[in-house]
Amino acid sequence: MLTIVLLLLVLPAAAAVICLLAPLAVARAVTATFGAACLGLVIAVLPAASHHDLAYLGFLRIDALSVVFLLATSFLYAAVAVYSIGYLAHGRANDDGADPGFTRYSRRFWVGLNLFAWAMLAAPMMSSLALLWVAIEVTTVISALLVAIEDTDGAAEAAWKYVLIASAGLGLALLATIFAYYAGAQVLGQSYDLAFSPLLHVAARLPHAPVQLAFVLAVLGFGTKMGLFPVHTWLPDAHSEAPTPISAMLSGSLLAVSFYAILRFYQFSAVALGPRFPRNVLLIFGIASLLLAALYLFGQRDIKRLLAYSSVEHMGILAIGVSFGAPIALAGVLLHVLAHAAAKGNAFMGAGVLVHKFGTKQLSAIRGGLDLLPWSGPLFLLAVLALGAMPPFGIFRSEFEIVEGGFASHGNAAAAVLIIGVTVAFFGLAATTTQMLLQPRAVTAGHPGAAQAPALAAVGAAAIPADAADRRARTAPPDGPQGHRPSAAPLTRGEPSTWMVIPVAVGAVVLIVLGVHPPAELTDLLARAVRELSGAA
Amino acid sequence: MTGAAAVAAPSVFSGSANVIAVGVLLAEFGMFRQALLRDQVRLYAAQSTLISVLAVVVAAARHLPDLYVLAGLSFALKAVIVPAVLRRLLRGLGARGEGPGWTDIAGSGSLSLATTVLVAIAVAAFGFFSVAALGIHSPVLPTTALAISIAVVLVAFVLMIMRRDVASQAIGFFSLENGVSLTALVVAAGLPLILEIVFLFDLLVAVVVFGLLIRVHHGRAESLSTADLTRLRG
Repeated sequence: MLTIVLLLLVLPAAAAVICLLAPLAVARAVTATFGAACLGLVIAVLPAASHHDLAYLGFLRIDALSVVFLLATSFLYAAVAVYSIGYLAHGRANDDGADPGFTRYSRRFWVGLNLFAWAMLAAPMMSSLALLWVAIEVTTVISALLVAIEDTDGAAEAAWKYVLIASAGLGLALLATIFAYYAGAQVLGQSYDLAFSPLLHVAARLPHAPVQLAFVLAVLGFGTKMGLFPVHTWLPDAHSEAPTPISAMLSGSLLAVSFYAILRFYQFSAVALGPRFPRNVLLIFGIASLLLAALYLFGQRDIKRLLAYSSVEHMGILAIGVSFGAPIALAGVLLHVLAHAAAKGNAFMGAGVLVHKFGTKQLSAIRGGLDLLPWSGPLFLLAVLALGAMPPFGIFRSEFEIVEGGFASHGNAAAAVLIIGVTVAFFGLAATTTQMLLQPRAVTAGHPGAAQAPALAAVGAAAIPADAADRRARTAPPDGPQGHRPSAAPLTRGEPSTWMVIPVAVGAVVLIVLGVHPPAELTDLLARAVRELSGAA
Repeated sequence: MTGAAAVAAPSVFSGSANVIAVGVLLAEFGMFRQALLRDQVRLYAAQSTLISVLAVVVAAARHLPDLYVLAGLSFALKAVIVPAVLRRLLRGLGARGEGPGWTDIAGSGSLSLATTVLVAIAVAAFGFFSVAALGIHSPVLPTTALAISIAVVLVAFVLMIMRRDVASQAIGFFSLENGVSLTALVVAAGLPLILEIVFLFDLLVAVVVFGLLIRVHHGRAESLSTADLTRLRG
């Protein structure tokens, strides 16, 4: 078992090194293979972790809760690694022959993708709050560079806002970690090293004031990276400006990993303070995030910003679910983490295909997607329906469990707000998406889609001075706002790349399996994780 | 030095500890008005040095040998390496016609200096007095130092919000980390050295990434100002 765990820690880092040195074809193959291997390794760890905690070498500790987040991350890592093959293949056709700028871009992309996955896989395996904080800070700096990789004005702006806001938030989270140490050291002595297990053992005897302070700071600090209102402001920018595969990982696993850190603080705070205080804190942040994001979904003009606000909404649902505290709600929350990773990954990857096809991120310019994209169109529709918690997808099951838990724990008002918020969000998502996919294209001679975009884009390409636009065009991203597609060519029916369809199709199957009949191994795992969270394991 | 501090404790010890902590806070206030990037980095180095000195004082007075190592590493990293890395990454960012390499960041405050300082004083006072209500007492340093460290963290937020140039915002984050280090010195002096080293290494990675992103920003905007970072909204 130690071998498996070590491999999980080493493989993505090794992939990053290989991508740095080997030819791009090798980089592609290695990333996809290692991504799939990591998913396999996590699945191999799963049965053991649903029976007992695994601890190795002093700094690694895997329990059922960690495995839930490892599953979400490794699934997206594998999916995105395959998807990126198709995503990057199209930039190459950009100019005739090999473009050195694009080769450099691809290399950076592959190295960054693997490092990003490595940091996110490492975080849930850490045995102490301090190392967990460090791993999450590493995910921030790596993903900030990945947001900036497109080298556009928008990407530079988004990356700066992201790294500054997220780092400031993590500064607060570090303060939270320090106060958690102070609380632990009062009971365990000065040589305490912030490990979870001893802290949980003595949680009932921890002094209250520092634990309260640590919990609130942790929710605010890690909540910044998780995208909770009002500290979510970096999120739509970073999600919309990053390359689409990175957006999928940001949304599906980075936010979840930050949520994992909050759950660790919740675990000992709920025992130390009684469940009331931490639950109320989470309820306030959760309701605010859900309602704000549900309303923002209506005013969006950019497809990736739309999905980003949907992430804020789902993070709000997670926080509300934990605040209910009933075991069924907690089981729903953990299932929701998995289902959201699959659904949001699918939605972003599908959106990437649409953006590629139409050469714009503007919602108003994307029309008739279902006709033009025989596979990605329907799959994107399914992903959006899944995000809107339609049966038979996994999110329906998880949100149902959360609401049920809400009524079971006498959180009737909050459960009602949750249902209203989810419904509003569904209409917001569904309205724009059905327009994009079902409304027929207005055929304006030779100028489909992209040509309309500048006029409609208040903040888009039209507003940028000519020299900046030139510089941007030189290193135009494959699906950036000024995609490489010349707007004159009429769009024909067909998929840009099979590589961009396979992972989405697999994700759709996973969503249906999670919704219809989750495997017994998974339910065992979730049941144990719930016991851990409720302080019973 | 060990003997002197041990004999002089407690009053001289807590007095000097508080004076150093106040110095850290004053350095934070100084960052509101620095007009040159170079001076901003120097002020950060000075602030980091003060924290290392405080670590040495605590190590001597409380017989915590680990803290000597921490002080040395922290000084080497935050007062020498980080400023050097920043200087190297930001070299050549001066706009045409300015002195070689050093950019003017004067007047990047969004409010006048006096108003900003008043806001910062109010925020610092809030932090200072709210800590007293928590009832957290440290075995190694007077509680005043904890209150001051929280004030430093809050003022660092004001700095990041009020100054509209990427360099000051980055320095704001690094000094926020200094404030957290000060807090750690007060309430977590016994934190295992290995963790402190990991934190410091992590800071170095963050500094490099901040530096790279500042370069990216400068390459796009041709200034360090964040005034034009307003396209992404809604």
